[in-house]
Amino acid sequence: MNPVVSPSQIRFAYVRRTALQLRACGRSRRPSRSHSGALPQPSRVYRIFAMNELIPLLLEGTWVTVQVTFFGSLLAIAAALIAAFGRLSPIAPVRWLAAAYIEIFRGSSLLVQLFWLYFVLPMPPFNVSLSAFNVAVIGLGLNIGAYGAEVLRGAIRSVHKGQFEACQALNMTAWQRARRIILPQALLAAIPPGTNLLIELLKNTSLVSLITLSDLAFRARQLDQATLMTLEIFGLALVIYFVLAQIINFSLRALERRLNRGRIGGSLS
Amino acid sequence: MNFFDWEFAWTILPSLLDASLKTVGITLAGFSIAIVLGLFLAVGRRSRKRWLSWPVTGLIEFIRSTPLLIQVFFLFFVMPNFGLNLSALQAGIIGIALHYACYTAEVYRAGLDAVPRAQWEAVTALNMRPLTAYRKIILPQALRPILPALGNYLISMLKDTPVLSAITVVEIMQRAKNIGSEHFRYLEPITMVGLFFLILSLGLAWLVRRLENRMELAR
Repeated sequence: MNPVVSPSQIRFAYVRRTALQLRACGRSRRPSRSHSGALPQPSRVYRIFAMNELIPLLLEGTWVTVQVTFFGSLLAIAAALIAAFGRLSPIAPVRWLAAAYIEIFRGSSLLVQLFWLYFVLPMPPFNVSLSAFNVAVIGLGLNIGAYGAEVLRGAIRSVHKGQFEACQALNMTAWQRARRIILPQALLAAIPPGTNLLIELLKNTSLVSLITLSDLAFRARQLDQATLMTLEIFGLALVIYFVLAQIINFSLRALERRLNRGRIGGSLS
Repeated sequence: MNFFDWEFAWTILPSLLDASLKTVGITLAGFSIAIVLGLFLAVGRRSRKRWLSWPVTGLIEFIRSTPLLIQVFFLFFVMPNFGLNLSALQAGIIGIALHYACYTAEVYRAGLDAVPRAQWEAVTALNMRPLTAYRKIILPQALRPILPALGNYLISMLKDTPVLSAITVVEIMQRAKNIGSEHFRYLEPITMVGLFFLILSLGLAWLVRRLENRMELAR
């Protein structure tokens, strides 16, 4: 669709060409190991030389993964807030709507939801064409948002009843009560399970490679097909995902510790 | 074009149901491996021997924070280089089982930690062998309260099986996609797959909730 060739595509073509050449050299010297099912491997010289080329390409994919994770988590938090309050709303139809959203997105598989958004929406009855990136952000955000809504509902429920009564005694409006009293306590309680959900979101971004968005998983698969350096590429991809997950883990733990500062341990709620 | 072509949906139903058997089969096979392996991992992680507990902890944390898709790719594309040739279905089942074994290990760990200390001491006092102690005393107490949590992982495992379509396992999602590209109609197959997962996972969730309630009553 896009006629402009990006620098990464040029680099990719370069890696691919050299890979094929070197693999051809290697194959003429060594007999192929195809009887064992494994493909012939690129030579050791090529492996060392190619790492310099591979890492920038994988990092480019990582950047897409990070972007999807970031925007996806923003949407997820928004969706979770709306759905959690919808679930606890006094108006019955709002409650039903929120429950339907939560059950549908939690009950069906994420990949099905992504495919639905990517393949079904552009077709005749809907005619809504979204880019792969938008589908990724919307699909992941709404999916994790549904899980987040349940977490948040639990967290709001865990806020002590006395706090609600105190708000009523102070004649606060529902909005004031939510913003000033309930949410600050509920959000703090929701951070540990929320961290798990964000890591889940990060891991699930790998599925967007199946709707052709060139994230880390997509790049890994593409480079693997081009260079056959399977061990290095998938090993690196696993390590990158692990590092990203640890970054989310540690930063949210730091956030929790910071927000907990000045609170009297435990018994205030 | 009409909104939802019921006739088309009816004609592709047998094909989808046929593939759904594979989805269910993968889930059951994977889950039975995962619950056994998870128990061993949990016991290994709680072991006092560091040469055992540290690598197991590292493995669990690593697998839990990396995507299933890449792990399955690893098993399917990298393992042949080490002489381990798996078919797509085998790689898929092993991958998903390994991934969820690490989750169930954490559930088992919580269950084992919840067994009162006095029970462990009593086992020591009776001079039981570790295996007998686990089988007769510890596990029966540890397992009951965590059954609902294990059920929840069965549900999420079911919902993760479409990932295996990436390594050419023709389960229900892949079948739906194939049908879609053949007839150039994606609405019906993919919606039907969504409904399949919705019905199955809501049904299982209902069963898990009933189990939970019975546990509450039993206590």
